[in-house]
Amino acid sequence: MIDFLTAAVVATMPLLFATLGEILTEKSGSLNLGVEGMMLMGAVFGFSTVYNTGNPFLALCAAFLAGAVGAFIFALITVTFQGNQVVTGLTLTIFGAGFSRFVGDHMIGSSVPRAAQDFFGKVKIPLLGDIPFVGQIFFRQDVFVYLGYIMVAVLSVYIYKTRPGLNMKAVGENTAAADASGIPVNLYKYLHIVAGGGLCGLGGAYLGIVSVPMWQEDVVTGRGWIAVALVILAGWNPIKALVGSFVFGALSILGLWQGSMGIHISQDIVNMFPYLATILIVIISTHKNRKEDRPPGNLSDPYFREER
Amino acid sequence: MKSPIKIIKRGDLSKKKTVMIQLIAVVLSLVFAGIVMLFFNLNPLEVFSTIVRGSIGTDIRIKQTIVRAIPLIIASLGILVAFKMKFWNIGGEGQIMMGALASSFVALNFGDLPKPLLLLLMAMAGAIAGGIWGLIPALFKAKMGTNETIFTLMMNYVAIKYVSYLQYGPWRDPEAKGFPRIPRFTDNGVLPKVAGVHIGWIFALLLVVAVFFFMNYTKKGYEIAVVGESLNTARYAGMHVPSIIITAMLISGGLCGFVGMIQASAVEKTLVYTISGNYGFTAIITAWLARLNAIATLFVCLAFAVLLQGADYIQLSMHVPSALAQVVQGVILFFVLGSDFFIRYRVRWAKDSSKTTGEGASV
Repeated sequence: MIDFLTAAVVATMPLLFATLGEILTEKSGSLNLGVEGMMLMGAVFGFSTVYNTGNPFLALCAAFLAGAVGAFIFALITVTFQGNQVVTGLTLTIFGAGFSRFVGDHMIGSSVPRAAQDFFGKVKIPLLGDIPFVGQIFFRQDVFVYLGYIMVAVLSVYIYKTRPGLNMKAVGENTAAADASGIPVNLYKYLHIVAGGGLCGLGGAYLGIVSVPMWQEDVVTGRGWIAVALVILAGWNPIKALVGSFVFGALSILGLWQGSMGIHISQDIVNMFPYLATILIVIISTHKNRKEDRPPGNLSDPYFREER
Repeated sequence: MKSPIKIIKRGDLSKKKTVMIQLIAVVLSLVFAGIVMLFFNLNPLEVFSTIVRGSIGTDIRIKQTIVRAIPLIIASLGILVAFKMKFWNIGGEGQIMMGALASSFVALNFGDLPKPLLLLLMAMAGAIAGGIWGLIPALFKAKMGTNETIFTLMMNYVAIKYVSYLQYGPWRDPEAKGFPRIPRFTDNGVLPKVAGVHIGWIFALLLVVAVFFFMNYTKKGYEIAVVGESLNTARYAGMHVPSIIITAMLISGGLCGFVGMIQASAVEKTLVYTISGNYGFTAIITAWLARLNAIATLFVCLAFAVLLQGADYIQLSMHVPSALAQVVQGVILFFVLGSDFFIRYRVRWAKDSSKTTGEGASV
């Protein structure tokens, strides 16, 4: 059981990073459905960087950058050129999928260099790692996982406790009012869309470099879309995003682990569970009415000052 | 923040100018894609000319290109009906898959039926299965307002996993010597050829006309467009919105399901879990590029079929990954999405920024 939950934490991370990224994007008022594409771009650039340079830190930067560039395209089209957000996001997904296949084509089957694999090896945190059960599961992980925990904490503070975070929320809730109060609306949108895309890129890189240290096509397999649903489930809250990602991380590896747990169903059927569960979330969240669980007021509404 | 450019809202732009702006966007996107190719040490002119040669260079290649265009056209028509309503059906892949599954079930179990009857039953099964797969999210949307984007997309994965389960499990051909595949259809389950290409091209043309007529000249089609424009207007006019959503998605999913039948019957001659071949996603791009107009869809899809077929050819002849086609498609749509702005607004250099009354867009 401990082994399963430890592996579940590893499966949590791609979802977590992507969910956090999309939370930033949506909090500032944009619905970017290109998460899947940005993750794929991050995955392929992260992998190719670590494959060519062997430097894991550089790989993370490249992955972040790749996701951020994808998000920048989205921001350019939807914020500046007022393009349709849904279709632009979908296009970003198709573009990112094609791009990762195109760039990664000659690397299929290649492995992450040994040294970099060691860099992402498990590290025990002193004291915390000695806590029975909880410590064994959560605090004997790789550095990337700890980065994930740190991101949750940082974003929680940023969104709820800092001035720029509150401004960002204002932009997402009521763009016109935020504009009137002197907040540079478009700048806020750009920054958060791009940063959110960078986090999605990191989530993809985790899949491409750590989860499976060998390049294969379409590593993301719908996790970007699950992340979009997790944002709703988490009520746009980073801490709840961690919990939600963990549950879905566990679900997503059930197919591989069911044998050792004494269950024997076709793996294809078990692999449906995360997708079915996502549908369930979407249906349930239709009925959410608590204030803090509601989406930002102006989510996905285009804003153009001249048309107020 | 004073801006040197001034942005003025246009009145309705003439159709000719709209098309012009979009064409410029497409040309710019191809130029941009060419520049990207340079970064990968590819000669864009060589790539583009090889794509054209590979897709329409010989008779056989033209036929292959048309075989690619057929599913794309019909799937785009399906997507178009839903998108017109602003119902973001991105579940085309799953609907194609379920259509293929249902028609395969008929073909594999009733392979001895006379050909016309068998094919008719397969087509009906395919369309119904696709329709039902599209209906499920539509019902939730109509009754509860559930977000359809993620719903329809997740249904894709469920469908793919299920077909993959069948292919590796219960439907696996025991005579295939361990190879995980489903038995081939009998000859009666395979669509006939007309003029060298399977009969699907005739269906595609007929459906283009039918959908065009339906969307522009029938009450239901008009209602779908009104729901897309404004839910409140539709309600105020006394339209029964839930039933419109359900009808539109039955048609949308049904068309995609029919694509599944065609691909299973005429192309694969059996069921495989890769049968949807990304057509459900590509159709989103083509339908949008055609500005959700059925007639325009035909031409956009032909152009995209050239791109897809040509991309397979550059993989063989130039060893350039065929995924390049997907990248180019994405770039084209990015540019066209951006160009919408210039259709809605006029951009002018302000002569004297101190005299401009409003500030331009601040970015």
